[in-house]
Amino acid sequence: MVGASLAGLQAAQTLRRDGFDGELTMVGDEPHYPYDRPPLSKHFLAGAWEEEKLRLRAAADPDALGLTWRLGTAATGLDLEAKRLELSEGPALGYDGLIIATGAAARTLPGCELAGVHVLRTLDDAVALRADFDGGPDHVVVIGAGFIGAEVAATARERGLAVTMIEAASVPLGRVLDRSSGEAIADLHRANGVDVRLGVGVSGMRSAGGRVTHVDLEDGSAIQTSVVVVGIGVVPNVGWLEGSGLTLDDGILCDETCLAAPSVVAAGDVARWPNARFGGAPSRVEQWDNAIEQGAYAARRLLAWLSTDPDLATDLAPFQPVPWFWSDQYDKKIQLAGIPTETAAVVHGSVQEQRFVKIYLDDAGLFVGALAWNRPRQAIQARQLLAEGASAEDARAKLAPAPA
Amino acid sequence: MKINVDFDLCESNAICMQIAPEVFEVRDDDFLYVLIDHPPAELHAKVREAVDRCPKQAISLAEDLPAPE
Repeated sequence: MVGASLAGLQAAQTLRRDGFDGELTMVGDEPHYPYDRPPLSKHFLAGAWEEEKLRLRAAADPDALGLTWRLGTAATGLDLEAKRLELSEGPALGYDGLIIATGAAARTLPGCELAGVHVLRTLDDAVALRADFDGGPDHVVVIGAGFIGAEVAATARERGLAVTMIEAASVPLGRVLDRSSGEAIADLHRANGVDVRLGVGVSGMRSAGGRVTHVDLEDGSAIQTSVVVVGIGVVPNVGWLEGSGLTLDDGILCDETCLAAPSVVAAGDVARWPNARFGGAPSRVEQWDNAIEQGAYAARRLLAWLSTDPDLATDLAPFQPVPWFWSDQYDKKIQLAGIPTETAAVVHGSVQEQRFVKIYLDDAGLFVGALAWNRPRQAIQARQLLAEGASAEDARAKLAPAPA
Repeated sequence: MKINVDFDLCESNAICMQIAPEVFEVRDDDFLYVLIDHPPAELHAKVREAVDRCPKQAISLAEDLPAPE
């Protein structure tokens, strides 16, 4: 396994549970045992949780899975022909099967090298940002209103810090929600005292003595600040695979069973594969639950590959999950199953009471997604209905409140 | 097998209910109810998957603990 986070760890656990008793090595470039990333922007940044609480449960006892840990070691190259993995330290490793789950890295901007300017992806990033929050800055500027930006803004407000959130698009979370839900997110942040600036880009940052002092916006305005968080998305970690022969195109291109090459599977943020459920155009999914589901699937795919004649098709069905994510901001739990569209209808509760379910239909009127806002039970119900291919009428009826 | 839920961590994401509805139920009050503390052997694989996929890592198992007589 290359990549010692959620997908890689789940793959290791699945290999062992499914009876693989051979040698396993886990290579991870971070020095830490696998930890959970979602709390970094929430409990950890808030100061409520310490580092030890972040460790993923399956790695609580590092010896339990009977694997060799190579932490603080990056994979630097791959020779598919020779089945050999090159490492930043020590001799190359041979393999019979390879699971690649190297994830993604935070996208940066010019200015990210300045003191006080942060990204948030790793534990080390979170430790550095929390230290700056602990210093009680006068003002925090968040660049980008995606998940990371919006959650960091919420946590900063909860810590009593003044926050400006800047987003180049006209709504927050525009890439993953429908427009009116994105507007509801903007309202939520404004109601909690965030200065939300939409539709304006950042033109640069200024500094004094190596520390950030101002963020300059494209509309000519400037914001004075000593702490900046840049949350403008991620890029898949595939640089080490250049020239390996794997197809690299916004991640590692895989077939519908997560196979990237003979004896090589990929999982998690780095994997791009066609999900036939949504038309089959290859895509990457940067979601927590997908990392687990795909890590487990990829491990089974690899076992099937290794145990049969490579010419024989595996009897594993293609990997066709229904996407699902959650985001916690203030006291709101926002969950989305499937994919959002602009044809949406509230079928349960109301936006005013801040507790509702909205379903999404595609151009043909098919039920393709649902958003649950402080309605966790219905989010999972919707995911199940999507997996079953329920009709819009069926979804509407089943997600509506039970008659009193 | 005995199921333990840390209710300080649980935030009712309901993933467990999706995987093992026989065992876990999130009701309309938004609280999780464990329907079977000692699940029978045929549910163990599902329960382990629910443990793995709990977004809050709130579920744990005492694998060796048999059901009381």
